[in-house]
Amino acid sequence: MGIYEVSALILTVLILLGIKKMSSPKTAVGGNLLGAFSMFCAVILVLIYNGIVDVELLWLGILIGGVLGYILAMRVAMIQMPQMVGLLNGLGGAASALVAIVVIFESYSQMGMFSRVTSQLAIAVGGMTFSGSMVAVGKLDRRLPSQPIVIYGHNVLNYLCIAGIVFLIIAGSVVQDRAAMFFALAAAVISLTFGILFAIRVGGADMPITISLLNSFSGLAGSICGLALGDPLLVAVGAIVGASGLILTGIMCRAMNRSLLEVLNGSVGAALALDDECGGTLFCEQTNQKKTVAEVLTEAQKVIIVPGYGMAVGQAQWKVKELLDVLEAKGKEVKFAIHPVAGRMPGHMNVLLAEVDVPYDQLCEMDAINPEFPETDLVIVIGACDVVNPAAISKEGTPIYGMPILRVDQARHIIICNMDKNPGYSGVPNPLYEQPNVYFLLGNAADTLDELIGYLK
Amino acid sequence: MSPFTLILIFIIATLAGYKVINEVPSLLHTPLMSGMNALSGVTVLGSLVATASAVAVGNVFLGFLAITLATINLVGGFIVTDRMLRMFKSK
Repeated sequence: MGIYEVSALILTVLILLGIKKMSSPKTAVGGNLLGAFSMFCAVILVLIYNGIVDVELLWLGILIGGVLGYILAMRVAMIQMPQMVGLLNGLGGAASALVAIVVIFESYSQMGMFSRVTSQLAIAVGGMTFSGSMVAVGKLDRRLPSQPIVIYGHNVLNYLCIAGIVFLIIAGSVVQDRAAMFFALAAAVISLTFGILFAIRVGGADMPITISLLNSFSGLAGSICGLALGDPLLVAVGAIVGASGLILTGIMCRAMNRSLLEVLNGSVGAALALDDECGGTLFCEQTNQKKTVAEVLTEAQKVIIVPGYGMAVGQAQWKVKELLDVLEAKGKEVKFAIHPVAGRMPGHMNVLLAEVDVPYDQLCEMDAINPEFPETDLVIVIGACDVVNPAAISKEGTPIYGMPILRVDQARHIIICNMDKNPGYSGVPNPLYEQPNVYFLLGNAADTLDELIGYLK
Repeated sequence: MSPFTLILIFIIATLAGYKVINEVPSLLHTPLMSGMNALSGVTVLGSLVATASAVAVGNVFLGFLAITLATINLVGGFIVTDRMLRMFKSK
């Protein structure tokens, strides 16, 4: 091993140590800094080792990119984090594809077969990561409709794209100089198309899965680029990112009881047509309830708050914090129950609540908090539906059957602050809504929370 | 490096990454993801070398673009992760 390889190994170990520190909020800041420091060293190492420190153009690119990255990162609001992550995924993918294109254009004739194949592959993976991410960003930012968009012959087009990409990678590795450039560009165009095709038919609530998958792809693209260039550091770090995205994708799929194939196919579950069944008539019994919302709220000792995407949409996290403070001022015990797929990306709710200074030791994971619901006096659901839908346990044959849920239905009283009583993304009507111990406060979460806070003051 | 060695590195890094990342609690999954995001800007290393050795003007421009995009990815990712992680406070 030469000096570069040894340094690469050390930096990779440092990066892994940094990730290891990410397993606790206490050490995570340091872990991230260690990662950033390692990458900084890696850039310097590459510049020195290749004797290109004095190429001004490189520094100009780093400067412009650094300033833009800084501005972007400082200005983005926590609520926009899913879009931000999507955007960065896309840029990483695009950069990898561009590098591979430059390599093929410059030095195709001197490259071995392995480098040729991996370069073409890097273009394909990087290209689809870029366009797929841009579509995802558009959907998350509501510039594109968040429903799945399926066009005529969608599957056939997808298969054609995949077949085309495979053909171009092979052909683009065996032909002569000029033709390889053409094949590289064609691979780029088709993979860009494929990225759009696959992202456009993923629905809004499946976004956590898509974002995780694209995260994995962006790492993979970098790693493949490393294979093409013969750079061990690029290979190793890209592979780590790829593994991370894959783990998160798996966790998200399990938590939503969906297979990756279903998500990519844009199937939203069969029950969308059931929407109307969940009209107002089912819920008219609330009026005869013995206790009022105010009584339930003031009498409860142990309270669990369940936030969902509705809280994010309504920007209600500040009100949630206010509610938490009032409840605790009255001497009540309050915890938060966080479902793994609540929101639009993994861990979305935790970040929003951390932003408004909810201590993280009050944010409980699903498995930890589920046994506590039976002895909980009051659950306040804020903008969540599917993740508290007991049909996942009782109604075999519905799309969410088997999905792990928060057992809100076992609590003594439940207040639901949702926009409406319609089923959630899965389209499965929520039997929880029919329980006699459920109270509804319908409307924008920020307003209904105000009402609750008013009862307590 | 030989293709065999590179693929070996790929496999080992994937396994090592898998092991370490699996221990990150779901509480921190968003910052984990944006941190990993930053790391995917590692491709900047490739873009630096490719750009420096490129001869044709068009290729230099594409390489320059790659450096810029990868650096946005790298810098933006680390800063945004830092911002998020600093918000997590205990009681």
